[in-house]
Amino acid sequence: MQALYAQLLVGLINGSFYALLSLGLAVIFGMLNIINFAHGALYMMGAFVAYFLLNLAGINYWLALLIAPIVVGIFGMILERTMLQWLTGLDHLYGLLLTFGIALVVQGVFQNYFGSSGMPYAIPDELKGGMNLGFMFLPVYRGWVVIFSLVVCLATWFLIEKTRLGAYLRAATENPTLVRAFGINVPRMITLTYGLGVGLAALAGVLSAPINQVRPLMGADLIIVVFAVVVIGGMGSIMGSIITGFALGVIEGLTKYFYPEASNTVVFVLMVLVLLVKPTGLTGRAA
Amino acid sequence: MRNRIASLLLGTALALGASATAMAQDKAVKIGVLTDLSGLYADLGGPGAVVAAQMAVEDSGMAAKGWKLDVISADHQNKPDIGTSIARQWIDVDKVDVLMDVLNSGVALAVNNVVREKNAVMINSGAATSDLTNAQCSPNTVHWTYDTYMLAHSTGQALVKAGGDTWFFLTADYAFGHALERDTAAVVVAAGGKVIGSVKHPLNTADFSSFLLQAQASKAKIIGMANGGGDTTNTIKQAAEFGIVSGGQKLAGLLLFLSDVHSLGLKVAQGLNFTETFYWDLNDQTRAFSKRFAERMKSKAMPTMVQAGVYAGLLHYFKALEAIGGNPHDGAKVVAKMKELPTDDPLFGKGTIRADGRKLHPAYLFEVKSPAESKGPWDYYKLVGTTSADQAFRPLSESACPLVKK
Amino acid sequence: MTVVTDDTLPVTTRAMRDEMIVFAAMAALLVIVPWSGIYPFFVMQALCFALLACAFNLLIGYGGLLSFGHAMFLGTAGYCSGHALKVWGLPPELGIIVGVAAAFVLSVVTGYISIRRQGIYFAMITLALSQLLYFIYLQVPFTHGEDGIQGIPQDHLFGIFDLSKPTVLYYVVLLGFLGGFLLIYRIINSPFGEVLKSIRENEQRAISLGYRTDQYKLLAFILSGTLAGFAGSLKVFVAQNASLTDVHWSMSGEIVLMTLVGGLGTIFGPVVGAFVIIAMQQYLASFGQWVTVIQGGIFVICVLTFRRGVIGEIAHYFRRSL
Repeated sequence: MQALYAQLLVGLINGSFYALLSLGLAVIFGMLNIINFAHGALYMMGAFVAYFLLNLAGINYWLALLIAPIVVGIFGMILERTMLQWLTGLDHLYGLLLTFGIALVVQGVFQNYFGSSGMPYAIPDELKGGMNLGFMFLPVYRGWVVIFSLVVCLATWFLIEKTRLGAYLRAATENPTLVRAFGINVPRMITLTYGLGVGLAALAGVLSAPINQVRPLMGADLIIVVFAVVVIGGMGSIMGSIITGFALGVIEGLTKYFYPEASNTVVFVLMVLVLLVKPTGLTGRAA
Repeated sequence: MRNRIASLLLGTALALGASATAMAQDKAVKIGVLTDLSGLYADLGGPGAVVAAQMAVEDSGMAAKGWKLDVISADHQNKPDIGTSIARQWIDVDKVDVLMDVLNSGVALAVNNVVREKNAVMINSGAATSDLTNAQCSPNTVHWTYDTYMLAHSTGQALVKAGGDTWFFLTADYAFGHALERDTAAVVVAAGGKVIGSVKHPLNTADFSSFLLQAQASKAKIIGMANGGGDTTNTIKQAAEFGIVSGGQKLAGLLLFLSDVHSLGLKVAQGLNFTETFYWDLNDQTRAFSKRFAERMKSKAMPTMVQAGVYAGLLHYFKALEAIGGNPHDGAKVVAKMKELPTDDPLFGKGTIRADGRKLHPAYLFEVKSPAESKGPWDYYKLVGTTSADQAFRPLSESACPLVKK
Repeated sequence: MTVVTDDTLPVTTRAMRDEMIVFAAMAALLVIVPWSGIYPFFVMQALCFALLACAFNLLIGYGGLLSFGHAMFLGTAGYCSGHALKVWGLPPELGIIVGVAAAFVLSVVTGYISIRRQGIYFAMITLALSQLLYFIYLQVPFTHGEDGIQGIPQDHLFGIFDLSKPTVLYYVVLLGFLGGFLLIYRIINSPFGEVLKSIRENEQRAISLGYRTDQYKLLAFILSGTLAGFAGSLKVFVAQNASLTDVHWSMSGEIVLMTLVGGLGTIFGPVVGAFVIIAMQQYLASFGQWVTVIQGGIFVICVLTFRRGVIGEIAHYFRRSL
């Protein structure tokens, strides 16, 4: 039983990354109607920016948590201005293909300059060590990841669902022409939304840097799992994607304990089951 | 009189024979380095393997003796398809004589078949699979640096001898991981140790915490990592986080290289045990070579054992060609000569190549230094134990290679 | 997926005649390859991928469904054929049948699951399914994990044609390709193909006209998957191995790229695209790290400026459908 609690807690950590990434995807999809295949690559960039900040400028982890999402967010906004915006009015699938291409370029360039084995990034001193919870040894850093990402997720939800800015955003998703008629600059809002979604991915990247190696391909396989998470949860609801992200992390954690052989396939199998029972996804409306 | 006629005839026959070989032979050799230039294993072989091959060409002094040596290289992207089609084209169209490195077991086994079919030579340095010199051995292939059997065997044996008699395995859940675990477990048990548990994890796992929790709870003295590449480095990194090494358990890598330790950093990697057959700081000769090597690398990296194997293997290949007196463009013949001649190079010392194509040399068990013990960049290992050449590799008596006469 | 081509024009006899002329020219060019000094192995590989891309194109170009997991059919057929040939010792013709049958079964199952969603979701689902299959193939013993199935025998087709002779093998692969190509051409121009195109243009309207669009889409998916499997089985004889790379998502991406470069929804585009991409991989192999960057760059350029692809642009210029 004790081991089970430990695995549940560990599952929440993975869930944090799924939640942050699928949240970012949902935010972007809501506004741009694009599935951002470059999400994994931008997550990786976030981790790399944190690495550069520390090793080239001596800027520590805490500032990196703030700076990296901004840097990557700006990079994302440039992508949106120079490329993505030209796809407005075309089939959504072109967005998928374009961002897939961008992901290949970004990952390839990083691989060329930094090899594949990756770079180490140390856990900040304040979060070193661990706590003995009685039933497990919990590294402080992992506890921090869970709590911090939960806070960020809820803050994003609040921003979009409960604030004036969020109201504009939702309105622009429903009817861009009408919102424009009210004098709101819709293209700028689209750009900012893409920046926000991408920034969330970069934040997840910084959070994962001390746990995983900072590697050019760290986001490549992760993004496919996150796609499955998004299919399961449906992209219609912000809260839905947060909850599905965490829940699937926990389920995956439990699988690692009971039947480790299936732990990398469990999310995909769940996706199949959900599609068979409720094709629109758990929280989604009919497409 | 009859004798004189006989000797005359014999002389003419010899002369004819000699001129016949001289016609087929020339002094041009084309060397193709087929490796992973961009992917997961690029730091291990990659551009460094190309540099090592070029250094072997220069150091051999063959050019001064009238030989014409060309080195070309290509990226197989870790895809057997691309590897075999490059190999075919190299041998058929570009007249490549010898393929070097060919890391990645899948690609190596596929290229092995092509090389045999077209009677070229492969001197493999980077592939881990021991099948290359076992069930799938070929008269055209020499496997130089290491293989899984040797790694499992010498790491397992040396650690049990040093008191690590209870083991827990973290195993990558596919054929390669299973083989590593099986081979190591057999050695551990044979040496008097005990395997108290194992857990199989999927390939390319980002988060090892639940597996590490199980390893920690087992209280085994040694946690054997029967995985490779990113999985191994992630395990090591996260084990540090869970305080596994500081809690008194030891991590043993079954497939780990200098490039991995470099990317992990000593803080995380310290205390790690694993086997290699070459380290730049072993003796004066390895230090001299490695210094020259590092100067030519963009990253200033010291050579890995795979890159060292490319250099040493190629030198021995040249030695065989010189002994033949020209390049017969007959792969099996050159490899036979390589097996006949004893090897002696500055990096691996004296050794031999067995009938199955396996190169024999000693294996070293290293422990990674702590940051305090390290005196400078790339000063990473201390030598813990040595397994002699005849002990380290799979004995011929267990071999399934059809080239071995029993 | 609304594709910018002119093939929505009614099929005229002139268009049919044009296509037949181009087809004859293509076939004639391919027939003389073994005497041209071009390296036949390269062309054989490209032909397998060309057939694969054509099968993929049947789904996206005419059915409007973007599958981001088509590598699963290629890999499944490859593994099953390889296993049948090497372990069971079956003759080549039966080996091909085993592979194609496996791809058929797989496409029925995955098609049933994935056509439940459209557009972007469909792409994500097929990608996730192929990743699921990748992990399964990594673990099950018969695929030999990272080593793959190696040294698959070529043997004699129908007991007569010695496939280990490059020229014989070449013509067998060429015949397979031309057969598959003509079949796809026939499907596109059949009543079934017309309904498929109408679903691509406007699914709601097709439904209101009384078509059960899900069944049409499923059938298109099965045809496409099975033909992709046929390409995978042929490839086994060329490469003589079956490995994980054929099931990996990056292979699915390459299939998409080939079709995109050649021209989505054009008849000859996927063939041209496959030759371009395979040639690029061959000749850029020494550039190593930059190959993926270049591929990504081509994706971006194609989507932004060149959405019709090579053949699509040519066809547009001459106002013909190709």
